[in-house]
Amino acid sequence: MSPDPLLHLAVALDGAGWHPAAWREPDARPEELFRPGYWTRLVAEAEEGLLDFVTIEDSFGVQSADFNDVDDRVDQVRGRLDAVLVAARVAPVTERIGIVPTIVSTHTEPFHLSKAIASLDYAATGRAGLRVQISAKPYEFALVGRRTTEPVRIQDINTPEVQARIAEHFSEAADYIEVVRRLWDSWEDGAEIRDAATGRFIDRDKLHHIDFEGEWFDVRGPSITPRPPQGQPVVTALGHSTIPYQLIARAADVGFVTPHDREQARAIVEEIRAEQETAGRSSQNLHVFGDLVVFLDETQRAAEERRARLDDLAGQPYASDAHIFTGTPSELADLLADWRHAGLTGYRLRPATLPHDLEQITRRLVPELQARGLFRTAYEASTLRGHLGLPRPASRYAADSALAAL
Amino acid sequence: MTKPVKQIHLAAHFPGVNNTTVWSDPAAGSHIEFESFKHFAQTAERAKFDFVFLAEGLRLREQGGRIYDLDVVGRPDTFTVLAALAAVTERIGLTGTINSTFNEPYEVARQFASLDHLSEGRAAWNVVTSWDAFTGENFRRGGYLAEQDRYERAQTFLRTAWELFDSWDGYEILADKESGVFLSDPKAGTFEHHDRHFDIAGRFNVPTSPQERPVIFQAGDSDAGREFAASAADAIFGRHSQLEPGRAFYSDVKRRLPEYGRSSGDLLILPAATFVLGDTDAEAADLAVEVRRAQVSGQTAIKFLEQLWNRDLSAYDPDGPLPEIDPDLSGDSISKGRAADRLYRDRIAVANEYRAEAEAKKLSIRELMIEKTSRQSFIGSAETIATQIDELVQADAADGFILVPHITPGGLDAFADKVVPILQERGRFRADYEGTTLRDHLGLAAPGKDRHAEQPAVAAAGAVS
Repeated sequence: MSPDPLLHLAVALDGAGWHPAAWREPDARPEELFRPGYWTRLVAEAEEGLLDFVTIEDSFGVQSADFNDVDDRVDQVRGRLDAVLVAARVAPVTERIGIVPTIVSTHTEPFHLSKAIASLDYAATGRAGLRVQISAKPYEFALVGRRTTEPVRIQDINTPEVQARIAEHFSEAADYIEVVRRLWDSWEDGAEIRDAATGRFIDRDKLHHIDFEGEWFDVRGPSITPRPPQGQPVVTALGHSTIPYQLIARAADVGFVTPHDREQARAIVEEIRAEQETAGRSSQNLHVFGDLVVFLDETQRAAEERRARLDDLAGQPYASDAHIFTGTPSELADLLADWRHAGLTGYRLRPATLPHDLEQITRRLVPELQARGLFRTAYEASTLRGHLGLPRPASRYAADSALAAL
Repeated sequence: MTKPVKQIHLAAHFPGVNNTTVWSDPAAGSHIEFESFKHFAQTAERAKFDFVFLAEGLRLREQGGRIYDLDVVGRPDTFTVLAALAAVTERIGLTGTINSTFNEPYEVARQFASLDHLSEGRAAWNVVTSWDAFTGENFRRGGYLAEQDRYERAQTFLRTAWELFDSWDGYEILADKESGVFLSDPKAGTFEHHDRHFDIAGRFNVPTSPQERPVIFQAGDSDAGREFAASAADAIFGRHSQLEPGRAFYSDVKRRLPEYGRSSGDLLILPAATFVLGDTDAEAADLAVEVRRAQVSGQTAIKFLEQLWNRDLSAYDPDGPLPEIDPDLSGDSISKGRAADRLYRDRIAVANEYRAEAEAKKLSIRELMIEKTSRQSFIGSAETIATQIDELVQADAADGFILVPHITPGGLDAFADKVVPILQERGRFRADYEGTTLRDHLGLAAPGKDRHAEQPAVAAAGAVS
């Protein structure tokens, strides 16, 4: 894709922040985590900072420090609201920022989810997206009780057997996204004609059965919801290895990746771009964002001290799949400016604590990037696709109808 | 002893995906843009209504193998719209129809508990089930149950959802920064449910919401459906909006309550009702005729007749007599995805009745279908409609009505401006909200007392459609 002089920035909102002790910070509001105002204030803050979008984290089951089982910890945030509903609650009280809830493909219905995100796109007038996430946790399978899965020991993660299982989950996720996307296209633009003369509300030749048949589900369609304002809301996914990179390259509009330095970033971007070419999508825009956990303060020392204090409260040093940045907004701006030379088109920042690190991003980092000419000084588009420079695609079925009409 | 005067409950049904909704009216707006839902809900809230109601249909209707194109088609996702409406309203209840056949209890319980948090106690669930494999073609699980099993599944689904709502006690979140204790109970949300429909266990991840459980609506009319409502629902979305059938339904349902340890006020009967409002009764009557003609065009009349005849009647003139040919009893229904499809038990007998009535009254196909399909519940001036509603409620034909305007989104405006003030002046309808939750508006007790006692008794069998 053509190089954009500007960086794209998103923020990932998760409970009280990404550090497990974040809820104990003086400015944290843990008693409000289940109230609507908590979420509307955070997203409004992100919008003040002109960010491209927020993602809202979710998980099908309760949070747990143990991958395979529910822990019985009482010292961390447990419980969360459905991210799609949080996104919908926030949509009418924001105006420009993209809203991207996490959805779990393994245990939900693509038909329901497709219309939910289409409806979010209506409520947000063109600012909706989704982040697809798989579930490989045995205790989450037990919440539905239709299938089971075996525990995964972290030391076995690279065995062929575990890799095959992960590949299956991602293959299901790929089918899921395919169904969601086909359903968004299943009503062509302009299908609603309201033609009083002929008595027809719709031109049914512009509605399409999607007739998806796959290993995990068959879906007939069309959607019950007309094509959303963006045509195709923005699909995002997080990946750490080749299998998810393939999903990103084949099916996503934005991929989140977790390099720990610039060279890793370059290698990951190259791998994804190669997959994108293999998938025949090289002409399509695909963003690759670096994910970073951020502890931001006026001085590096203050940031380090805060992180150490949080680690003390948590009883162990904070670890993450993503690179953990601890320092000043200006130093972070240096890093973001540097790593983009590896081909990253933007970043998704995970605030270690809320609202502190979010406010550091919107009130300190953003002005710093703007001063360097690296970030927008006003929203120029009104849709999320617009912020990301993604054109609004025609329905995949529109060409069929056009041919049929010849 | 004088019977106490009842307060009326009023609610608003967003215009449906069917021919009641007149999309061809110049005043008709979008059925999908959020602004329409916002206008509608804000109008209902301005009028101090109890709640807004959204229906659901999970497959576009088809007839003769093609998508049905004469009515409004297309609607948004129920949960998403209700959560968004929570942002632009403050008090009004938010009732969503959610199918128990094509969902799982854990996910639906999570969504309703989230909606109740995000609306600060205004969520309600109209529990329905689906019977057709046609709709199942859109879902992972497809149409995999026999009809009678689906009804049982629906009941079990609701009972399981309750277990999930009740899996937190409501006091577990301490969030005490000083001591570092977020959760007072390490097992908060633990549940386990095993039966032939659901075999699930684990921890529910949404803490107790303001209403503890969403308000439960039920829409069934069969004997088993009434029993189910009496055992488990807080309100019935009913279909009998006239005096005698309404009274019969009302007393039949309410007499079933004591068996479940419930009293008359624990279950509200709220029939759906349409209205045509005019400056005078005569003007409203004229307008009602016009609306019926708009609702049942010649094409729509033929389509309705085809649903009974179960064959292509497109060659017939809607302004002419009924077909002499008999209904086709051989094949599957040509109409798919409509609730009414299964109602024609004896197509020949009904066709003969229709022919006899058309002949006696000298009616064309279209005129007959205007007669046979639902006409408006309330027609008249504001005074007349206010009086009709009040009389029906005081006569125990209903506890109130769920109004279904025929114009989107402004069809409720005149009712809010003209009829509601009269009911308020007469002291029959609230002048302002007195509580903050939907349970408050409906006068329902919090479920707290039942929550950790035994699960509420649930009727052994029955329909929830």
